[in-house]
Amino acid sequence: MVQSLDRLKESASQTAGPYVHIGCTPNFSGIEGVFPQDLGASMLNAEARGERIRIVGRVFDGVGAALKDAMVEIWQADADGLYPSPQETRGTADANFTGFGRSAGDMATGEFIFETIKPGRVPFKDGRPQAPHVTLWIVARGINIGLHTRLYFGDEAAANEADPILSRIEHRSRVSTLIAPKTLEGGVPTYRHDIVLQGDKETIFFDI
Amino acid sequence: MSGGSFYQRDRSWHPPAYAPTYKTSVTRSPQKALIALDNTLSEMTGPVFGHDMLGPLDDDLIANFAKDGDPIGQRIIVHGRVLDEDGRPVPGALIEVWQANAGGRYRHKKETYLAPLDPNFGGCGRTISAEDGSYRFRTIKPGPYPWPNGPNDWRPAHIHFSIFGHGFAQRLITQMYFEGDPLIWLCPIVSTIPDKAAIERLIAPLDMANTVPMDARAYKFDIVLRGRRSTLFENRKEGN
Ligand SMILES: [Fe+2]
Repeated sequence: MVQSLDRLKESASQTAGPYVHIGCTPNFSGIEGVFPQDLGASMLNAEARGERIRIVGRVFDGVGAALKDAMVEIWQADADGLYPSPQETRGTADANFTGFGRSAGDMATGEFIFETIKPGRVPFKDGRPQAPHVTLWIVARGINIGLHTRLYFGDEAAANEADPILSRIEHRSRVSTLIAPKTLEGGVPTYRHDIVLQGDKETIFFDI
Repeated sequence: MSGGSFYQRDRSWHPPAYAPTYKTSVTRSPQKALIALDNTLSEMTGPVFGHDMLGPLDDDLIANFAKDGDPIGQRIIVHGRVLDEDGRPVPGALIEVWQANAGGRYRHKKETYLAPLDPNFGGCGRTISAEDGSYRFRTIKPGPYPWPNGPNDWRPAHIHFSIFGHGFAQRLITQMYFEGDPLIWLCPIVSTIPDKAAIERLIAPLDMANTVPMDARAYKFDIVLRGRRSTLFENRKEGN
């Protein structure tokens, strides 16, 4: 017999279920006084560097209904493309920006909203710059393992064109599911980014 | 906290997206293949949470919502370690938990089960793992509850766990079950996990050694997050 690799197996995922908001956004779900505020509710303060933007969207199921019990998390670099993480070796990220957001989605419409800044560029593993992007993670009742995807910005056509990940996607017609068009809503640059879990317009999800 | 990209996730060990005995997954499961994405800094990094964000009762679900007394139910301690696939402790992991009360009722607007709310129980808590990966919290044992799926499906008693490691690629939500619960093997959500060994790893044994006599029983639940490759052979330029 050969030697064993002796590696543990990752704990298996289970669905977040219908009540994920009790644990992850208790104030939103009406459980007040346990935590002062919900984690990821605010990503920045007034001193944060960079262009203020809003990311909004909904998560749709395979029959076109918007989920009202999902939770969406985002993780992104600061305006200079730096992450506030011990793994970040290229510099020190903006202390006024957390990079992490969490949204329960509106109870009536399912719309998630993030008030954030436009991220700078982060290198690919070979050093080429990636197009500016935001990482998203989606969980909900009926989702057995959290779904990773990305948001790229509709007004970054040249960067998106040259992006090492986007340019490798075989089915070109699907690339648009990762790109959020820019609009101006109430004077705020807003990127609308709907996520489709299943079907013809299914969003690209990544195995990361 | 150094290291490179994460070991590939063994997707045959996790539940598939589409698991028709769990009916809600039918329309919420992607049908197209996931696209493999080599880890970049965007996946290798993740939010870092400090112990200073925790309040003194965050890890005590018996006390953190109590109004005029303790919640009803069996007092328990849940503890364990957060490890990576190489068996190394994962310190600084934020663990968020949520659960039903002793009667199997969640404190939630959309919850309709006839079991009563407990005025002294909120059902959420959080903690951060220590340098050796250990964590613990105190709560009451949640009750099983019926749910609309099949005509008579019941969830085994369980606690939901959300865990942040050091990289966003490690992000995980799972559920902890209790040793000896016959409902585990009847549950359509549990059985979305294909491998019995993977299910058994989510079942916390009674841990008499850590029980507080005359107060609370203990259950031990270890959590394993994805491990990292060494950085030695990474970061080569493409084409070199
Ligand atoms: Fe539950």
